Amino acid sequence: MHEREGAGDEARRAAMAVLAQAPGDMLDRLWRESGLPGEAEMLRGPETGLVGLRGRIGGGGAPFNFGEATATRATVKLPGGEVGHAYALGRDTRKVRIAAILDALARRPEAAATIETAILAPLRAALAEADARRRDETAATRVDFFTMVRGED
Amino acid sequence: MYVAVKGGEAAIANAHRLLADRRRGDRAVPAITLEQIVEQLSLSVDRVMAEGSLYDGELAALAIKQARGDVIEAIFILRAYRTTLPRFGYARPVDTGAMLVERRISATYKDLPGGQLLGPTFDYTHRLLDPALAETGEPAPPATRPAGDEAMPRVSGILAGEGLIEEDGALPQDHRTGDLTREPLDFPMQRDLRLQALARGDEGFLLALGYSTQRGYARSHPFAGEIRIGLVEVELDVPELGFAVTLGRIRVTECQMVNQFQGSAKAPPQFTRGYGLVFGQSERKAMAMALCDRALRARELGEDVTAPAQDEEFVVSHCDNVQATGFVEHLKLPHYVDFQAELDLVRRMRREVEEARAAGAADREAAE
Amino acid sequence: MHDASVIEGGFARPVFDAQAAFRAVMDAMARPGTVQPVPPAARPPAPLAATAGAVALALCDHDTPVWLDTPLAASEAVSAWLGFHTGAPRAATPAEAHFAFVAAPAAMIGLENFAQGTQAYPDRSATLVLQVDTLREGPALRLAGPGIEHEARLAAAPLPRHVAEQWAQNNARFPRGVDLVLAAPDGIAALPRTTRILSRED
Repeated sequence: MHEREGAGDEARRAAMAVLAQAPGDMLDRLWRESGLPGEAEMLRGPETGLVGLRGRIGGGGAPFNFGEATATRATVKLPGGEVGHAYALGRDTRKVRIAAILDALARRPEAAATIETAILAPLRAALAEADARRRDETAATRVDFFTMVRGED
Repeated sequence: MYVAVKGGEAAIANAHRLLADRRRGDRAVPAITLEQIVEQLSLSVDRVMAEGSLYDGELAALAIKQARGDVIEAIFILRAYRTTLPRFGYARPVDTGAMLVERRISATYKDLPGGQLLGPTFDYTHRLLDPALAETGEPAPPATRPAGDEAMPRVSGILAGEGLIEEDGALPQDHRTGDLTREPLDFPMQRDLRLQALARGDEGFLLALGYSTQRGYARSHPFAGEIRIGLVEVELDVPELGFAVTLGRIRVTECQMVNQFQGSAKAPPQFTRGYGLVFGQSERKAMAMALCDRALRARELGEDVTAPAQDEEFVVSHCDNVQATGFVEHLKLPHYVDFQAELDLVRRMRREVEEARAAGAADREAAE
Repeated sequence: MHDASVIEGGFARPVFDAQAAFRAVMDAMARPGTVQPVPPAARPPAPLAATAGAVALALCDHDTPVWLDTPLAASEAVSAWLGFHTGAPRAATPAEAHFAFVAAPAAMIGLENFAQGTQAYPDRSATLVLQVDTLREGPALRLAGPGIEHEARLAAAPLPRHVAEQWAQNNARFPRGVDLVLAAPDGIAALPRTTRILSRED
């Protein structure tokens, strides 16, 4: 029932992950600056709902539910027939709509390159930078234990 | 005779209007924004998300503002809101081993791979009021140190190498993960459902129960094996695509409590574990959850059930503060008719007692 | 690429279209035997009928496993359409289904195979949506029960084999039992478990 499988899926999955984690205002700005066409028919959504969140007992055991998160999704169709999907945590319908259009546009080889350089690469860089800063700030709170010198010479 | 009464519409409307005014407070003071609540009261937001059982910081902040900072009222509002949304599906279980760690400590091992990372903790602060915070100055930016790429395995994995600790909790292969938001509670329940109830349970209630296990109301010798706080990825299987899509990241607190266990007919001496997993930076709650989880496994491990914290029905039925506040607070609603009936009953019982006493006195007099 | 029929054909106005379909089901259940029009808002892939599709979009969601009879299950497009637009999982067995969709009622398995609910939770039973050719030109059933003042007539076809006998058994299981929605091209009718079939003309 799903679309084609294969190497393309991994790239698509990675792009969707970047778009889902993008700050809405940054994606909006990059999207407008890219000049990519925005015409699309909404087939579903953007709509906000819930995703059940699960952990594992003990960290790696049987799954259990530990709450829900808001999530927004959209499915679009471009005038050329390409279909795009987007899902993201939160309630930013504008962001998810743009992400779905980008997912559809990425089916066109000529648009895929623009999306990569104008949108995905800057988002990825911003995310990596924020993560690195967070890691470095945490690392500064690492405890260095010193062995005290004992009195017996 | 039953007399239906109605009224109070104007009083209610004006009470709500007064509430809105009092919520606003002195209008000469700037109104608080949701961004301010999310950024500066983030642990309140975390608690409301955890017990409201809905991960959405902005909605939790709105609920806190609407509730004038009453977190249980805010939790109630958030729970009510979540019922209006459709469910898209269940995400894949989060992998806390792959967490982007913001804090990670162990009370059982000093030197462990990845180290002890204190993160933004209240520990080692002196709990002295800080007058500087009443002023408007900005704090110094955080210190940094190159993080490196050392792995941070869960402490439970280290102990497991020696075979002295039980494995991560497994359930039967054909077990379907329970969901108490979908099916009515039924006792006894499996550990997955209990953990779900504890994860959304009231922090104060679980804290008190966890404390009781340490004070002897259930045999418990716990160590904080590991506490880690950080960001984990949420992935959802999307049927129309045929693969799992990353939706983003959430902050969680995980606690692995390690308990010495003398062994029983059902299990050999070893370390057993209690587990806590909570939205946001919620260390106290995750620890209390892990203590309660362990205590509630008494039956499974062949221990005597002697203490409140080991009583599954007691704990699970009473840990939800939305249910609890609903039932306690309903007592203030009009009970005029019920009370009239009780008043009549008590008058009649009193009359009967007095008549019986009088009759008894008359009998005694007659006998004398 | 997806067959476009799989992701198109959902409600264009999800709230209003779902409300209209829900209203039709509610009125049909409240007045057994009456034919309620369903706005043509859903365009599911064949062999799922438009009215049955509208009922599915209004009632099914992620928490309601759905069972499909052989002709519907044979269509990958029908499964994918229901999955995409409702999120409902496919039930592995009829007993696990909250809703069942049946394109060929005359060939369907017995009603007792579906979830009947329990004495404590009679609502945990299946609602069966049967696609019929007509609600007005088949052999007439005379109906009685709650929601019917004296007697109602319903002339649906095709219906399950031995429908009167099967329905009497369903009545005998009360408060357990299944409820039927009959979906025809021009509307729907319902047989809730409280309705009795007085007679059937053949």
